[in-house]
Amino acid sequence: MTAVLCRHFGLTHIEIAEDIASDTFLKASENWAINGIPENPTAWLYTVAKNKTKDYFKHIAVFETQIKEAIQSNEIETEKDFEFSSQNISDSQLAMIFAVCNSANSTEAQICLALQILCGFSVEEIANAFLTKTETIKKRVLRARASLRNDNFQIKTLSEPEIKSRLDTVLKTLYLLFNEGYFSKSNNQQIRKDLCSEAIRLTLILTENQLTDTPQTNALLALMCFQSSRLAARTNDKGEAVLFDEQDKSLWNKALIEKGNYFLINACNNNETSKYHLEAGIAYWHTTPTGQNKWQHILQLYNQLILIEYSPITALNRAFAFAKVYGHDQAITEAEKLQLTDNSYYHELLGYFYADTDISKAISHYEQAIQRTKSKTEKLTLTKEIKRLTEQTSR
Amino acid sequence: MKEFALIFRLKDIADFKPSPEQMQERMNWLGSIAAQNKLVDKGSTFLPTQGSAKTVKPNNVVTDGPYTEIKEFISGYIVIKADNIDEAVEIAKANPIFDQVGGNIEVREVLKLY
Repeated sequence: MTAVLCRHFGLTHIEIAEDIASDTFLKASENWAINGIPENPTAWLYTVAKNKTKDYFKHIAVFETQIKEAIQSNEIETEKDFEFSSQNISDSQLAMIFAVCNSANSTEAQICLALQILCGFSVEEIANAFLTKTETIKKRVLRARASLRNDNFQIKTLSEPEIKSRLDTVLKTLYLLFNEGYFSKSNNQQIRKDLCSEAIRLTLILTENQLTDTPQTNALLALMCFQSSRLAARTNDKGEAVLFDEQDKSLWNKALIEKGNYFLINACNNNETSKYHLEAGIAYWHTTPTGQNKWQHILQLYNQLILIEYSPITALNRAFAFAKVYGHDQAITEAEKLQLTDNSYYHELLGYFYADTDISKAISHYEQAIQRTKSKTEKLTLTKEIKRLTEQTSR
Repeated sequence: MKEFALIFRLKDIADFKPSPEQMQERMNWLGSIAAQNKLVDKGSTFLPTQGSAKTVKPNNVVTDGPYTEIKEFISGYIVIKADNIDEAVEIAKANPIFDQVGGNIEVREVLKLY
């Protein structure tokens, strides 16, 4: 909603658009509680938002004419309704993401802003996505807003080079949006399917436009399809996470896997290898039955991925794949080199590796993981595992 | 943290083309360094084939090689970071090349100009 309103206000008035959007939702919660949910909630919301916007402009108009008579009609009022065409980015939200991904800000700041304004992320969620402190993100977002305002940015049709140069950042934003939905730790909600489907919807629109239908875009979309195919199998009816090995594979969505295959093939029509290609490749192998070379392929893709971009998560996932190929003993040596002692997954992984051979070490690692994780479901799963191991030793 | 270049030398041009299994082991070694966030530059591999190497000397003298002149030839390099040269040496020791085909690795600290 903020995105649509901003189209009318111009980005300089982001705060007003946000205020109106939240006012609208406040009114909805009051009204719907008394009168019930209207037949078409979306239409209801937009009508209210539209009226609020008109009111706002009326106030402004009075103010402007009384104080400064010579004001020229500003771009807000003259802006025409957005036209859908294949040449434009045919989606308000996407158009806004492109607008926010302006090189006046650093790449990180652009992504933060897009996630906050457009995807409704809290500062904490952004900090989680970037593995940084909330304080850093807060400052980053404030600065980024200020610089957009100072430069008087508007949402307008971008030129071809502008779209191309911003595409990388837009893809990264959509990637983080999807991941937050898929790996969500906050809100105590394991999976926020709406974030995932929104990310897929927006990426799909990118593949429908000639300018943005690049191998990277297709690879990212393939990755999202493969991951989403397991959404239903990843949680049980109690909302707890189900580990990959224990998932009911009949719950995997075959249509999405086929879509993933289709986009992955599209992504490979030249020799480009991006991190999205590698991650999609890994996700593809996960959808295949366990064969002799499955994990060797996955390990090799992780080797390439970690060469492109280091991240603790990639390093730990690589160690897991290493264990699948070379066994837990060798994987322990490999994993202990990582020295990610502040990371809960590091301890969880080592606990899992040690569980076969050294139960007391396994338990001590699981305990350290519990201390470091914020997720309640994770604490629960780990506590259960410790209990199981303790009973095993006392038998 | 200091930076060290690892310079690889092979004994035989025939060893340059590894088997898929040898390649996997080499990639595991490289991936392991990157997974510890100790890879500064994944470097380059140098082609050893005929016509791919020349040496330029004083007085406009250009010779083929060095592969035709010496048995050991440089096949590539990477740059890693480590606390000290001993750690860099330990990392180099784990390279599968010693078990696979032989050769050697020269470990050199990088001069930093700041």
